[in-house]
Amino acid sequence: MIAIIDYKAGNLRSVERALRGLGLDCRITHDRTEILMADRVVFPGVGAAGRAMADLRQLGLDRVLKEALDMGKPFLGICLGAQIILEHSREDRAPCLGFIKGEAKRFPAPLMTAGGERLKVPHMGWNGLEQTRPHPVLTGIDPEDEFYFVHGYYPAPAWDRDVIGMTDYGIRFPSVIGRGNLIAMQFHPEKSGRPGLRILKNFCEWGGDHAE
Amino acid sequence: MLSKRIIPCLDVRDGKTTKGIRFKENVDIGDPVEMGRYYYEAGADEIVFYDITASSEGRDIMIDVVSRVAESIFIPFSVGGGIRSLEDMRRVLLAGAEKVSVNSAAINNPEIIAQGAEAFGSQCIVLGMDVKRVGPSAAVPSGYEMVINGGRTDTGLDALAWARRAEALGAGEICLNSIDADGTQDGYELTLTALISENVTIPVIASGGAGSIDHIYDVLTQGKADAALVASIVHYNTYSVREIKEALHARGVKVRMKW
Repeated sequence: MIAIIDYKAGNLRSVERALRGLGLDCRITHDRTEILMADRVVFPGVGAAGRAMADLRQLGLDRVLKEALDMGKPFLGICLGAQIILEHSREDRAPCLGFIKGEAKRFPAPLMTAGGERLKVPHMGWNGLEQTRPHPVLTGIDPEDEFYFVHGYYPAPAWDRDVIGMTDYGIRFPSVIGRGNLIAMQFHPEKSGRPGLRILKNFCEWGGDHAE
Repeated sequence: MLSKRIIPCLDVRDGKTTKGIRFKENVDIGDPVEMGRYYYEAGADEIVFYDITASSEGRDIMIDVVSRVAESIFIPFSVGGGIRSLEDMRRVLLAGAEKVSVNSAAINNPEIIAQGAEAFGSQCIVLGMDVKRVGPSAAVPSGYEMVINGGRTDTGLDALAWARRAEALGAGEICLNSIDADGTQDGYELTLTALISENVTIPVIASGGAGSIDHIYDVLTQGKADAALVASIVHYNTYSVREIKEALHARGVKVRMKW
């Protein structure tokens, strides 16, 4: 069973529908026992970092997620879930979970293309993914595949070795990060068509180990 | 880099797709769920379902349509038409839409934008704008006025001022429809689109007037639009989504080419 972490913030149903569509058993939950019994954990999120962290703490989920991670369960963060696994977010100046060293940063303003054209923030729509190192969860993903993004902040791990993929939007920013049994992506795989579903399927077949 | 989006728009009445959509393939052209799936497979970057139902029974049918669409497509889709309250937004979003679009309800009660953004996040709230060219005046300095009821009722509201206000209130995106261009297939209203897009920081979807690939190219370049809404041009199979994207790609517009 896959536990989809419910902390009142995200659009959890779309992740659930995508996993169910792949024939996978999943449950939306904030129950400690259920999360610790699950084979793997999906941590989605939209909304603001400060509010999400407050909700997580109120439900005691900050500690439960750490337990699940330490047990070695494959752990997938999505969107805001890729930001608040860092130590800190510039959004709301929120202290975060600290599973990976680094912080979530806002896109610089003004944001321009190389050609001098002004870019809008939030970054909304389809964009590419350049894999900076191979990862089992990204198996079968081509350089031409694109993914659906909606965000004004992005994850900035302190160490390059925690970066798995990069995306270009005025700046090059880390869009897939991870270490050990943790992987997290800024885009929404559940809304990214076939390549997104492939990532979810890969995640659900991943044992949580990968070569550093 | 970010791709420009091609967004088919389906009008739905009482749970059925309207506008004599012509398809040769084995698709029930009256079924919004099948049509949504068809465009998902065809490479649409997003889909808009516009509910033109008048009755409350029709609204309940629409919620059922939305939840069935959500189970069959895995790209964002939005629902507009008849969204009047926070509760309407909640039902549509809970049923699985990624975004809701508000139009006249926001003009009557701008706070609905702020309340929707607070409750569900800005990324869910699209401001639908129906705009008519009237020429600059003291009341409408941009020369573009907001209209409602399909263009039959003037509001006296300046379109540019309204777009900026809606952005400040928390709208996450604008779907900008030119009443003058809508249905003409003579091309999008490029001046209006560029005016709005250059003066807000949220994405602008251009709507109304697409009759050729050149029109789409023009609105995504000169018109500075982030996305183009397409209806008749794809429904009548003048061009497929793939043909549109291939032509745009060949002319240097960044679009999603693999799906």
